[in-house]
Amino acid sequence: MLKFIFRRTLIMIPQIFILSVLIFLLAKAMPGDALTGQLGSGDVDPERIEELREKAGLNDPWHIQYGRWIGNVVQGDFGKSSVYQQKVTNLIGDRVGNTLLLSASILIVSYLIAIPLGIIAGRWTHSWADKMIVGYNYLSFATPLFVFALIMLFIFGFMLQWFPIGGSVDIRADKGTLEYVISKARHLFLPTMAGALLATFSTIQYLRNEIIDTKIKDFVKTARAKGVPESKVYTHHILRNSLLPIAAFLGYEITGLIGGSIFLESIFSYPGLGQLFLSSISSRDFSVVTILVLISGIAAIVGTMLSDIILSWIDPRIRID
Amino acid sequence: MTINLGSETPVTESIQPKTSYTSLRKTMWLEIKNDKMALISLILLIAILLTVYIGSLLLNLEKITRIDVFNIYAEPSAVHWLGTDYGGRDVFGVLLIGAKNSITIGVVITLISGIIGLTVGLIAGYFGGLVDNVIMRIIDFIIILPFLMIIIVLITVVPVFNVYTFIAILSIFLWTGKARLIRSKTLAERELDYVNASKTLGTPNWKIMMFEVLPNLSSIIIVNLTLTLAGNIGIETGLTYLGFGLPESVPSLGTLVAYASNPEVIENRWWVWLPASLLILVIMLCINFIGQALKRAADARQRLT
Repeated sequence: MLKFIFRRTLIMIPQIFILSVLIFLLAKAMPGDALTGQLGSGDVDPERIEELREKAGLNDPWHIQYGRWIGNVVQGDFGKSSVYQQKVTNLIGDRVGNTLLLSASILIVSYLIAIPLGIIAGRWTHSWADKMIVGYNYLSFATPLFVFALIMLFIFGFMLQWFPIGGSVDIRADKGTLEYVISKARHLFLPTMAGALLATFSTIQYLRNEIIDTKIKDFVKTARAKGVPESKVYTHHILRNSLLPIAAFLGYEITGLIGGSIFLESIFSYPGLGQLFLSSISSRDFSVVTILVLISGIAAIVGTMLSDIILSWIDPRIRID
Repeated sequence: MTINLGSETPVTESIQPKTSYTSLRKTMWLEIKNDKMALISLILLIAILLTVYIGSLLLNLEKITRIDVFNIYAEPSAVHWLGTDYGGRDVFGVLLIGAKNSITIGVVITLISGIIGLTVGLIAGYFGGLVDNVIMRIIDFIIILPFLMIIIVLITVVPVFNVYTFIAILSIFLWTGKARLIRSKTLAERELDYVNASKTLGTPNWKIMMFEVLPNLSSIIIVNLTLTLAGNIGIETGLTYLGFGLPESVPSLGTLVAYASNPEVIENRWWVWLPASLLILVIMLCINFIGQALKRAADARQRLT
């Protein structure tokens, strides 16, 4: 096991390295460079810009520039945004909480929906409940997130006006009061539901198949033959094996959550990293864009690694040697 | 979806020689015919395709894209079936052209990424060993990447952005899933006797791959292409919705949906964005239902018939 963890962690190092080189090269291809963010609008003298470029090392070969850039990033210096005229760290810090909150609530709600439905569908196969759940699953798999989120916003935000149409909290609410928490939850509700209702597919599918496969296995038959009540057969014998991996799939969801947050935050004008990414790209604020892609990529790589390790710990069959 | 894995299943049944042979095409058709949702989807999809492709031939493109300032945001009427948009353009006409572009581009992306995925997957699975290892590491890496963000960055960075570069950028990222699937099936296939027999006879590898292994994977490939076609239409319209897809001169269904980012439009001018949203939904649902029926046809254990 330790050997596996060690090997799996080692694979991550070249992955992160290649990712950072790729992003650096993309950043080089973007119009403007780190200097653009530091220049005021008055500095247009080409000679002076050239001097500054030389001083900032922007005329060095690319691998030296890459080394300097990655060195700064590792030390937590993400550069400066040219649009907001503040440190990228501060910009991200203001919004990362919102995105984490949204992603966490999507994950929790989707599990709250998917786990009971998966169990029902697997336990009572071919019942009308199973047919409904499988039908819902097909629908959720086929529905594009942005269309679904827009229609939710149109119905519950504009027509019925049950929920706010944008933002993450009412600006009049004071931090720390109950009102603030309620307002935050109300703003969170629509994007969470839009994301969660479409994120249940893989969990339901997995649980249903697992239970159908497991419930005819010999150890389950033995338990039944010994007179274990049916409900206990499920809780103690079948689900014990099937539920564990679901928790481990968490890390694989990160790439999907990042993609989803871009759509959800843009549709519900929710001030998070996805929205920051879109607005930075539109305003050509590339120092912000670069860091956001890098952070998302590293989050996905680390998440996948954790999932791999947890899964192989739970289920020794998938350990690679 | 019937999954019968009961150990009680008599083994003798599968040993008995089959008296009649049903072709893949016939099995697929039977499976669609016996699934009401799939049959309705197929009819609906054919109707949509006919309307969109024939309709856009009959339409006067110039007349639709011409800006008419006296007719801005007109409500649906006999002249403009779905009203007009902010430039006074007929929404129904833009919808037809948009659907045509979205479907065509979805198909092209699916085919290109399908060919890449197929080739890479076949090579990795057939040769195995080091080749397989290297290819799989690359695929694992691309799959983890936050591809939506990178695609958006690439789209803003490319010097010339048009429909062709858009298709190319999307195809770079969308072949990995197929390659993985084909590779795992090829790995199982190459262990079978007919491949060994061919090798012993001296058939070149490429011939075995193209003419012997590939036909045995055809059902899985058809299913996968169908299901990813729906996904690709979703990705294209989604990117266009965000403003990083097709340029406005080449309208897509996403272009119409994108007008909904204006609160005034989403609240009071439903005819501009809602029909396009629903059309995307209907097209994707239809393709998926057909795909699910084909999937059952490809896997004998799941067949309804």
